[in-house]
Order: sequence, then C-alpha cells, then structure tokens
Amino acid sequence: MALTKADFSERLFDELGLNKREAKEMVELFFEEIKASLERGEQVKISGFGKFELRDKASRPGRNPKTGEEIPITARRVVTFRAGQKLKARVESYAGTQ
Amino acid sequence: MTKSELIEALARQQPHLALKDVELAVKCIIDQMSETLASGERIEIRGFGSFSLHHRPPRIGRNPKTGESVSLTEKFVPHFKPGKELRDRVDASREKYKIID
Repeated sequence: MALTKADFSERLFDELGLNKREAKEMVELFFEEIKASLERGEQVKISGFGKFELRDKASRPGRNPKTGEEIPITARRVVTFRAGQKLKARVESYAGTQ
Repeated sequence: MTKSELIEALARQQPHLALKDVELAVKCIIDQMSETLASGERIEIRGFGSFSLHHRPPRIGRNPKTGESVSLTEKFVPHFKPGKELRDRVDASREKYKIID
C-alpha cells in the first residue's frame, strides 16, 4: 500500500495535535505550494530531502511506437527530482524485495 | 524556493497557526516521506506525483582518480514521477516565467 495524503494528515493529527481539518489543509497546502512555485519557474530545494528542478526541452522528432508514424514532440518544460545525499543514503541500503 | 521559504509561505496562508507549528508540520511531512522511501514503500500524491525506488544492479565502477576498478553492490535510488496536474501546470506557464533557482 502506497503512502497517500491521508497518511500525512493522520500523522500531523497524532504527533502535532493539529485538528483533522487543520492537518488536512496543511498537507494540501504543502503540495500546492510546491506546485505553485514550480509553475512560476522557481525550482524547489528541500534540504535533507531533495530538489525539484525544471528543464526546458527543445522539440524533437518522435514516433508513435504502435504505428511507427512520425509525430514531432513539441518543446516543453518538465519537472525532475534529484534526491539529496541524506535521502540517497537512507534509501540505498534498502534490502527488501519489490 | 527553499524549505524555510516554503515554511514562511505556508505560515502566511494559515495565520491561525504559530510559525513553530508550521515548521514542525513541514518537518513531519518530509520525515515521513523519507522514512516511507527508506522502508521501500511508494508515495502517491494525486496531482503532484509519485515517489518510488528504482533498482540499480551491481556493477564494476572505476575510481576516477586512479582508474582502478571497484565492484559496486546493487542499490536502490529514489525516483519521482510528476503527476498530470503538475506536468500540465509547469508546461503551460513555461513561456511566462524563466527558470530560476
């Protein structure tokens, strides 16, 4: 089971004593604020976790993999995430099976 | 935008909360994300995106200084896939805003 927004607000309720409405709002605003920042072209750096970066991609020739038909891929801006050292180190050693 | 700027922005939008509580809440959310990934579990936030782990098989690497080969064990790296809403919003505003740090 993947972690969702409800899990974040539950923890804010349990650990910080925010009421349910406040906790839900905090989680909504947290992700909305990051989206809004990226939308304004501002990259977001969360120390200890990672950086949400933006990249402008030029248009390039593409292909419909099913039909083989050539269709140009338009220029676009994309979001990429680069994990910080701390997060990388914590995840690296994960030994479970997926 | 940095973590402290994010905290300030969230505090402005929730004036009924003390700045300290907003700080703790942001820390709590980020810690929970790191813990989740460290335990091998996925994170799915609709409209924002999902985080998962990608496997990197063992390989022979090289010490760039000495050229000596070193065997590296398999590992996992965090991966983020932006959600549709985030992708669309970022792309739609690309002509309006330059990319800044």
